[in-house]
Amino acid sequence: MLRSLLPALSLVLVLLAIAWLNPRAISYFGFSLMLNLAIPIALATIAQMFVIAGNELDLSIGTFVGFVGCVTATWLKDAPLIGVLILLGSIGVYALLGALIHLRNLPSIVVTLGMSFVWQGLAILVLPKPGGKAPDWLLSLMAFKPPLVPFPIIAALLIAAVVHFGLMRTSYGVILRGSGGNAAALERAGWSLLRTKIALFALTGFFGVLSGMALIGITTSADANIGNGYTLLSIAGVILGGGEFVGGRVSPIGAVLGALTLALAASPLLTFMHIPPDWQVAANGAILIIVLAARVLISRRER
Amino acid sequence: MPEVRADIVTLDGAEKHFGAANMDIIRLDGAEKHFGAVRALAGVDFHVRAGECVGLVGHNGAGKSTLMHMVAGTLMPDSGRIAVRGGIENNYSVPRALELGIRCVFQELSLCPNLSVAENTRINHASLSGFGWRRKAADLIAAKLDEIFPDHSISADDIAGDLSIGRRQMVEVARAFTVTQDPLELVILDEPTSSLDAHTAGQLLSFVRRFVASGKSCILISHLLGEVLGNADRIVVMRDGKIVASGAANAFDRDRLVTAMGGAEAREKAVAETASRPEAGPLRVRARPARQDDGKELVAHAGEIIGLAGLAGHGQTDLLLAIFAAASRAKAGIEVTAPVALVAGDRQSDGIFPQWSIAQNIGVRSLARLRNGLLISPQREAELAEFWRKKIGIRTPDMNNNIFSLSGGNQQKALFARALGSDAKIVLMDDPMRGVDIGTKLEVYDLVREEARNGRTFLWYTTETEELDNCDHIHVFKNGRIVANLRRDELTEEKIIQSSFGDAA
Repeated sequence: MLRSLLPALSLVLVLLAIAWLNPRAISYFGFSLMLNLAIPIALATIAQMFVIAGNELDLSIGTFVGFVGCVTATWLKDAPLIGVLILLGSIGVYALLGALIHLRNLPSIVVTLGMSFVWQGLAILVLPKPGGKAPDWLLSLMAFKPPLVPFPIIAALLIAAVVHFGLMRTSYGVILRGSGGNAAALERAGWSLLRTKIALFALTGFFGVLSGMALIGITTSADANIGNGYTLLSIAGVILGGGEFVGGRVSPIGAVLGALTLALAASPLLTFMHIPPDWQVAANGAILIIVLAARVLISRRER
Repeated sequence: MPEVRADIVTLDGAEKHFGAANMDIIRLDGAEKHFGAVRALAGVDFHVRAGECVGLVGHNGAGKSTLMHMVAGTLMPDSGRIAVRGGIENNYSVPRALELGIRCVFQELSLCPNLSVAENTRINHASLSGFGWRRKAADLIAAKLDEIFPDHSISADDIAGDLSIGRRQMVEVARAFTVTQDPLELVILDEPTSSLDAHTAGQLLSFVRRFVASGKSCILISHLLGEVLGNADRIVVMRDGKIVASGAANAFDRDRLVTAMGGAEAREKAVAETASRPEAGPLRVRARPARQDDGKELVAHAGEIIGLAGLAGHGQTDLLLAIFAAASRAKAGIEVTAPVALVAGDRQSDGIFPQWSIAQNIGVRSLARLRNGLLISPQREAELAEFWRKKIGIRTPDMNNNIFSLSGGNQQKALFARALGSDAKIVLMDDPMRGVDIGTKLEVYDLVREEARNGRTFLWYTTETEELDNCDHIHVFKNGRIVANLRRDELTEEKIIQSSFGDAA
């Protein structure tokens, strides 16, 4: 029981720490600012969660988000039709990678590590130096200011609800998760593992595209290296949210909570603690280790 | 939707009684199968009629599994013919078998541990989809569990991985009998009771009888010969990839089955030998279960074989693990005076190193002795492995083969060799004979008694009452406590059942 509450608990803990250090941050404006980048991180985490649900890992999601960002800031604005086709095509590439990994029985870590350089190279081809501009409709969407509740929070709720329904409640979601739990049993019951793997990778590509677009909608212009940190951030978010690397145990709500926790712990919390920027990355890592260690301890006690 | 399901069942039954009395559900003619140089099946003729329960017995490696994989459609014969209800099947496969109503509960558990019981049911039924499928799946499996195991206490929302191994097996069996759109004609039960205690095993077997009485068919594979003799209509005995005997169940008895399988002599020898054991040596283990609130404790001396009995999952394994932990780090309430080795019950997850060879799997408990300077001496490792291959009869051409090249019984022998080949004076056995054939069992029993005579101590948790005949002392467990302490000569099956089910006063 405690184990499933842990993602929410760690988020509350980070929020309490921020409230204690800087009470003024707990406000509509404060949240809008602090959670500014939470939407693309949450989407990238969801993307990573789908491959993890099938016992695979995507090391290319960071550079893929960067590539999508570059396409969004150039083609999607200047020639929307071509931009959409490129993005759909890149989801297709993800689906093909899933098929390749299944058919040739390749380790996904190797394939996606290779792909991370491909996406990076393509991103540089599309946008050799930082620049470009997000389409106006995307800018206005990401700048949306709803009454009472800040937009990032509403978006996070929406993402969590939609993915939770799709993966945890629908009948095909069961099959997707089952492929991570016991692939042999699934095959024996007559399901195609090729199809589940393709579906999981395509979903990763789809949410990677959303993440890249959301990111550019916030930053307004792109850079080929803009998403590089997302690979490890997304993996950490899934694990922080109660997911496990093998066995098909993932939680979309947990993954979004994990992403929010990381987004808050990443820089607002540390800035308020007066930790100099030079040390923030290391401090961030330390927070991750502490939270994950707590998770292991708690789940061990529950066994 | 229980009422819908009931409709389908009666429909099918009516259809069968109407058209096809005495018809073969499935028939295999001259089925042959080779795996590399090994001939797993040598031209087998096998059939199952409607409304009959066929018992299938034989040693591990006799070809039972291969034959059943063909019936279930997971393997195709190299040559031979498969016919279902008289029609020849040229492209027989798992989906085709399911369509024809032939299903299999495989020996290795095939639930997805990350999914709930209801979700696991959904995986076997493509038609459980769309709006409200969760409710339908939950009702379907709950109704079937209620029907087979009336007091099961499993919820459809339980995550399969959180259930005990026995409960997982109950879910898996119940799932195989659920019906949605595909018909259900024949269920293959491969060791269905291996993880069940006597009570639930009895419930399952009486359900199988009801199922067969309603005109359906069943293939029952079990190493517990009593189960097969008591529940099958017809028994087929396999040996070396061939059917060596076949006939009505009442034409067989225990001894005839064992002889047909080529097994060793009966177990009277065991009883005679245990009686003539010399007085016990120095104290080896003194342990009190964590939840014990009276003075009862487990005491084992050198040369003793101590049995841990009772229903599955009532604290026997916990106590063994506590003793194992206490050997390396002092623990309150447990005294251990010699090195300990554990033979795991769930060999796939707790016993075997899947990437390693047989020799490496045996040597891992004895690395200190196998060392030569900083490195492990391959020569000494091979010597140790070779010694045990001869002594315990592990059937393999080469001990450097991967451990998975062995059949299940031989894998278990390798795990025994790991424990017995070590310096451990105390050997803990966590129901290690689960799903092992009777020939292997009898060989291991002999070995255990021989090692006990040489001064080793055995703590033996078993779910099979017959195995307790090998023990000097038997402790019966209930709810994590020792509730009875029986000497070998006081032991009867009734006493164990009585203590297991009675109030833990």
